[in-house]
Amino acid sequence: MSDRRTLQIKQISGHSGPAPGFGMQREQEVCKLVDTTICIGCKACEVACVEWNDMPFSPTTFDNTYQTMPATRWNFWNLIKFNEHQREDGTVQWLMRKDQCMHCADPGCLRACPADGAIVQYTNGIVDFQQENCIGCEFCVSGCPYDIPKFNPATKKVYKCTLCSDRVGQGLEPACIKACPTGCLKFGTKDDMKYVAEERAKQLRENFGFEKAGVYDPQSIGGTHVVYVLHDAENPERYGGLPKNPVIPWSYTIWKWLFKPVLGALALFGGLGVLLHYVTVGPRRPQPEPPIKERES
Amino acid sequence: MSTAVDRFDDKARSAFGQIGQTEVYEGELLRHRVYTRFLHWMVALFFFLALLSGFGIYLPWLFRWFTPIFGGGPIARWMHPWFGLGFVIFFGLQALNWIKPMRWTAADTRWMRNLKSIVSGKEKMEPPETGFFNGGQKAQFWEIVAGCIVYLITGIILWIGAGAFGRWAVAVSYVLHDISALIMLGGVFIHIYLSTIGEPGTFQAMIRGAVSEAWAWTFHPAWYKEVTGRDPVEACEEARRRGRLGSK
Repeated sequence: MSDRRTLQIKQISGHSGPAPGFGMQREQEVCKLVDTTICIGCKACEVACVEWNDMPFSPTTFDNTYQTMPATRWNFWNLIKFNEHQREDGTVQWLMRKDQCMHCADPGCLRACPADGAIVQYTNGIVDFQQENCIGCEFCVSGCPYDIPKFNPATKKVYKCTLCSDRVGQGLEPACIKACPTGCLKFGTKDDMKYVAEERAKQLRENFGFEKAGVYDPQSIGGTHVVYVLHDAENPERYGGLPKNPVIPWSYTIWKWLFKPVLGALALFGGLGVLLHYVTVGPRRPQPEPPIKERES
Repeated sequence: MSTAVDRFDDKARSAFGQIGQTEVYEGELLRHRVYTRFLHWMVALFFFLALLSGFGIYLPWLFRWFTPIFGGGPIARWMHPWFGLGFVIFFGLQALNWIKPMRWTAADTRWMRNLKSIVSGKEKMEPPETGFFNGGQKAQFWEIVAGCIVYLITGIILWIGAGAFGRWAVAVSYVLHDISALIMLGGVFIHIYLSTIGEPGTFQAMIRGAVSEAWAWTFHPAWYKEVTGRDPVEACEEARRRGRLGSK
């Protein structure tokens, strides 16, 4: 089998009808595993991301932590978030989390996007922005539970992590995985990564005294294609605003896919209504009209 | 406040009266002045520009149909807020222009209760208390005033985006913006129908600015009485008698 495969599309934003060719080929879901317990905060992944994606230089912002900048930017998709957490006994725990697109199974950005083909989800789970189709409305920003899509005012387009879909499509791992020196980042199929993550969490619980250690793979959005091993899976908010139960606003689910077409059709029936009124009841003319000769009953 | 509005409106009216003109022929009455007509057609223009550019963004099924009118998705999205702003500004001026004749009265409440017999075509003439605008016209006017306020607030939130207002503000605004548009779209069908083929003789009120006396006593009897001093029902009967004599 050739290793030059193209990525198969599963879902397309703002598209009427199913994605062409979906279901023709079986594909494994991919997954990036981030083990926060062995991240050393070296930021090699940040550099690798900027390098591989050939992004212009982004000035860093010092905010009294080791963090490169407060949040990801349109040209900086991968950011290690440094957070200090004070334990009950007064000691401090240093939490480092690699922040990037989570590649949700049910992507809020894709649901919110009105532009045909601006966001696609591949069968392997990668959610990718196609800037040539983006109209710059920024609805995806409000659809995303992780505040990932970032707007570039110069190009009026939105950008985010692609999970290196260009590399993955060629059978390579994402650039950040390649750069990681500690083995904190792993890449493979979703099933394999989930297994490794659960095993690691079990090890942390049983051998290292992290009783609440667990895996972050939120089911409220159907799971994600980036999963975390956390020391404390019950309080993911501690890791720089990781929501425990990420949600997509109801307006992008119920309103968009049910009420919009129904009410839109109803408004058009208003046009049909006045047409029917004209042919049945007929117009009202200024009085006096000529006398009626005959009336249909 | 209201006197300042009046003064502004009077000034605009007289300025537009010098640019354009309204000719009222024998047997006709002056309905809408140049300024009013100008505002109406600017509102209409911006309404349809905003409607068409918004349609593509409204439904995926319509995206490929409506966005090319403006040169593609990104340009449609860029222009839509400006069209909307034009609509709100011109309708705002129109609202100042019409705020007095649009005041809701007890007669309008009675008119709305009587709506069924008017829609079914049983009543050939409007009730004698119907003034310059009837209850339905006033209801539509106030609906658009409310709609414009919703458009403006939610539109600014959608325009500037989730970065400034938060993702939930955008998600909710977008639904309210749509609902407001759908109500107005339904209303505009009725508006266009009644002002053209539904009630013949109405369209020239917004084009030339003048209407026939027969149109006036049929659709706005109280206004007819106010302007001419004659009783609308009597005037109609007299015209009928003359019509019979003439045909014989």
